[in-house]
Amino acid sequence: MQPNLRPITRETTDVSSAPGDSNADLHRHQESVPLPHGNRADVRKLSFWYGKTQALKEVNLPVVDRKVTALIGPSGCGKSTLLRCFNRMHDLYPGNRYDGEIRLYPEDENLVAIDPGLVRLRIGMVFQKPNPFPKSIYANVAAGLEVRGIKKRSVLDERVERALRHAALWDEVKDRLNGSAYGLSGGQQQRLCIARALAPEPEMILFDEPTSALDPLATAKIEDLVQQLAGEVTILIVTHNMQQASRISDFTAFMLMGEMVEYGNTDQVFTAPEDPRTDQYITGRFG
Amino acid sequence: MEADATRVVASGVRFQRLVAANRRTDIMMASIGILVLMVASALLASVLVDLILTGWPRLINPDFYTNFPSRKPEQAGIISAMVGTALVMLVTAVVSVPLAVAAGIYLEEYAPKNWLSDIIDINVSNLAGVPSIIYGLLALGLFVYGFGLGETILTAGLVLALLILPVIIVATREAIRSIPRDLREAAYGLGADKWQTVSHYVLPAARPGILTGTIVGLARAIGEAAPVITIGALTFIAFLPPPPVQSTPPFVNFDWLTSPFTVMPIQLFNWVSRPQAEFHINAAATGVVLMVMTLAMNGLAIYIRYQLRKHQRS
Ligand SMILES: Nc1ncnc2c1ncn2[C@@H]1O[C@H](COP(=O)(O)OP(=O)(O)OP(=O)(O)O)[C@@H](O)[C@H]1O
Ligand SMILES: [Mg+2]
Repeated sequence: MQPNLRPITRETTDVSSAPGDSNADLHRHQESVPLPHGNRADVRKLSFWYGKTQALKEVNLPVVDRKVTALIGPSGCGKSTLLRCFNRMHDLYPGNRYDGEIRLYPEDENLVAIDPGLVRLRIGMVFQKPNPFPKSIYANVAAGLEVRGIKKRSVLDERVERALRHAALWDEVKDRLNGSAYGLSGGQQQRLCIARALAPEPEMILFDEPTSALDPLATAKIEDLVQQLAGEVTILIVTHNMQQASRISDFTAFMLMGEMVEYGNTDQVFTAPEDPRTDQYITGRFG
Repeated sequence: MEADATRVVASGVRFQRLVAANRRTDIMMASIGILVLMVASALLASVLVDLILTGWPRLINPDFYTNFPSRKPEQAGIISAMVGTALVMLVTAVVSVPLAVAAGIYLEEYAPKNWLSDIIDINVSNLAGVPSIIYGLLALGLFVYGFGLGETILTAGLVLALLILPVIIVATREAIRSIPRDLREAAYGLGADKWQTVSHYVLPAARPGILTGTIVGLARAIGEAAPVITIGALTFIAFLPPPPVQSTPPFVNFDWLTSPFTVMPIQLFNWVSRPQAEFHINAAATGVVLMVMTLAMNGLAIYIRYQLRKHQRS
C-alpha cells in the first residue's frame, strides 16, 4: 500500500531505544522470537460479572502471537466483555469482578490480577466508534507517547510519522498535522485512532467492531490495515461481520451466551465447524 | 390491486395528518417559549431603563466615577465602592476557584462511592440554597471574631468565596460528568493513569462548563449585600485601599487585604435609605453600573464558552 511503509521489526527497535525513550524495555519481548508457546496470551477459565450478572462463563481462548484472532457471535454473547478484560477496561466501573486467568506471555503473568495501568501500557485498544481527542492530529497520535513520559520533540515527530504511515494515513494528513482531529472523515478518524494505538508500539491491539460505523470503502481500508499489522503485533478483533472475520483473521473464536463454543483455524471454523451451533450461526440460521 | 392502491393513499393521508399535528405542537411550544422569554426580558429591560432614566444625570457625569462618597449628593461618587468590589471579587475568585474545582474533581473522580460521599454530595447541593445572610453570620463569628480578621476586604472576599463555593463545585462536577465515556476510555486505553486522564483530557474538555459556573458564581457574589453588611462593611469610605502593586521591591503589597472597604451593593443600599431624593438618583446610577458589570460578566462567560467550543470542535 504505502511504498514507504516500514514494518515494526528489528530496525525500528533501534529508534525506540533512542535516548529520551523510556519505553524501549516495554517492547523488548517483541524481539524474543519465537514465543515459547506461540501464544501471546491464554485465557483460562475466565468468568466475569457485571455486578450480579455473569457475562462470561469459564471462557478459554488462546491468542496466537502476531496473528489475527477474531471473536464472533450473536449480539450480547459477551464478545466486547471478553475483549475489554484484556485491557482491564472493566476496572473503570464499580462492581465488576473477574475470576480465572488471562496468562500473558512471555512473562507468564495473570493479566487480570496485576495493576490495570501496567496492562494498558502494553495492550492498546481501538473502539467501535472513532473517539479521537478534541485536539490536533499530531497531539492525538503523540498522546500515548506522552503518557509514557516521552517528551523529546524529535522522538515524538519521528514516531508520530511512523505511526501515521503505518495506519496508512500519513499522506492524507501530513499537511495538516496541527489541524483538529474532528476535521477528518469517520474512516480517517478511525485510522487516526489506530495510529494512536500503534504509536507506543503495544504488544497487542484490541479492536471492538472497528468498522461498524464506517462505509464499505473505509471498511476495506481498515481491513487491509489489520492484515498488514498482523505479523508485527498480536491482534484480537471483535466483529459482527462474518465475511470480515473470514477475510482478515487467522483464528476464529465463536461465543454464545457468555461461553466459548468453538475455537480454531478460521478456514476450519468456517468450512468444517465442529459444533453444530457454530454451523447454525455461520450459515445464518441463528442469532 | 385497487384495494392496495387505496390503502397507500389512505396511509399517505394519515401521515399528512400526523405531520400536521406534530407541526402544530412545535409551533405551540415555540410560541409559549417566546412569550415567556419576552415577558422576562421585558421585565429586566424595564428595570434597567427605569434605573437609567432616573440615574441619567449622574451616569453621564465623569465625576460620579472618580469621586468618593460625600454628604452632598451632587458630589458623591462611587470610586471607593468600585475599587472595593473589584478587590473583594479578586479575593473571592482566587480563594474559591481553586478550592471548588479541586473539590469538584475529587468528588467526581476520586471519592469512593459510599455513605460518606453521599452525605457530602447532599450537603454541597444544600449549601447552594442556604440564605446568604447565614454565611454573613458565620463569617462574623469565624473570620471577624474567631480569627480576628476584622471588617476587611479579606473577610468579605472569604465570605463571598464560601457563598459561591457550592455553585462552582456543582458546575465543575456537572461539567466533568458530561464528558463522554468514549473520551475517558480512549485515555485510559492508552495507559494513562487517573491524574493524566483527568488533567490532560477530562479537565480541558470540561473547561467551558467550569468557567461558566465560575462566572455565574462571581456574578452572584458581586451583587450580594447581606453577608457583607453582616460582617460590618462600612458605608462611608473616603479613601482607597493601599494599591496591590508598588514601584519598590517586592513590588506587590498585601496591605489592601486588611483595609476597610465598601462595595457597590452597600453603597447603593446606603443611598436608597437616605431621605433626600437626590441620593436616590445616585442609587439608581449605581444600580445601572452594577447591572452592567453583571451583564458584562455573563457576556464574558458566553464568549469564553463559545471560543472554547469553537476551538475544540472545528
Ligand atoms: N455495563 C454492563 N452492565 C451490565 N451488563 C452488561 C454491561 N455491558 C454488557 N452487559 C451484558 O453483558 C452481556 C454481554 O455483553 P457484550 O457487550 O459483551 O456483548 P457483545 O457480544 O459485545 O454484543 P454486541 O455484538 O451487541 O456488541 C450482555 O447480556 C449485556 O447485556
Ligand atoms: Mg460489543
